[in-house]
Amino acid sequence: MTCTEFLSLLDDLIDDAVTTEMRADLQEHLRGCEHCEVTLSTTRKTIQIYRSHEIYEMPAGLRERLHTAIMTRCKKGC
Amino acid sequence: MATIQSIAGENEQHPDVALVERVRQGDVTAFDTLVRKYERQVFRIAQHITQNREDAEDVMQDAFLKAYEKLDQFQGNSKFYTWLVRIAVNESLMRLRRRRTGRMVSIDEDVETEEGSVPRDLADWAPDPEQNYTQSELAEILRKTIQGLPPGFRVVFALRDVEGLSTEETAETLGLSIPAVKSRLLRARLQLRERLSRYFKRKSGSAAMGPAPMGIDK
Repeated sequence: MTCTEFLSLLDDLIDDAVTTEMRADLQEHLRGCEHCEVTLSTTRKTIQIYRSHEIYEMPAGLRERLHTAIMTRCKKGC
Repeated sequence: MATIQSIAGENEQHPDVALVERVRQGDVTAFDTLVRKYERQVFRIAQHITQNREDAEDVMQDAFLKAYEKLDQFQGNSKFYTWLVRIAVNESLMRLRRRRTGRMVSIDEDVETEEGSVPRDLADWAPDPEQNYTQSELAEILRKTIQGLPPGFRVVFALRDVEGLSTEETAETLGLSIPAVKSRLLRARLQLRERLSRYFKRKSGSAAMGPAPMGIDK
């Protein structure tokens, strides 16, 4: 397996959408390719960091204000 | 941050279906429950697309009001959450277009870019690299980094990887083909990885690392 072939299957590997046979081939490539190993681990980390950190936090005041506005409009009949 | 942790099985009714039914029968408090359940996700998606706080606030309000008005059109065969996300995405794109009058804004157009399609920065990252930054520095890095992606990549990454929609749900929500979603997701992930490497990579020859220079506006 070449690095290009590995890269084309990177998402499937990360998303756990590969067959057992394919996974074995990918792991075989990883054992001999430090670059792809780094690409895989840092791409996984990228996803994990974005998933676990709230970067657009809603201020509590805004939440309440919008909530009230929505409920008032809805009670009047939207 | 994945939002659909428990997806009901084929024969099991999703709790949202019962809430939607109650709203249809005139119970506004059931809609209140749906708002509280999904407000943060809707706000995040709107922020990811519009990159503007004021617009995101408006989108959140408009999306929920529209969902309430159009609840009769909601078919139980799709999840309420993905239906709501579709409304929020459309509202966000409308806002984005309004702000960028004269500039075509579309998530349908494919972006011709080779950036990120081949990893260039192959340095490994420090273990737990985010610990070298304060929470606010890290949030700023993550915001700046994702802001640099084309909108069509950003929205796919946000829906798939941040909000936890499946490839199929993302494709349906955005009106894209599954291969288009997959191709954008791969490039989005690789571009973000490449850009984050600048902040997170292991400093050569030093085991103890101090915080790397931010290099971004605070």
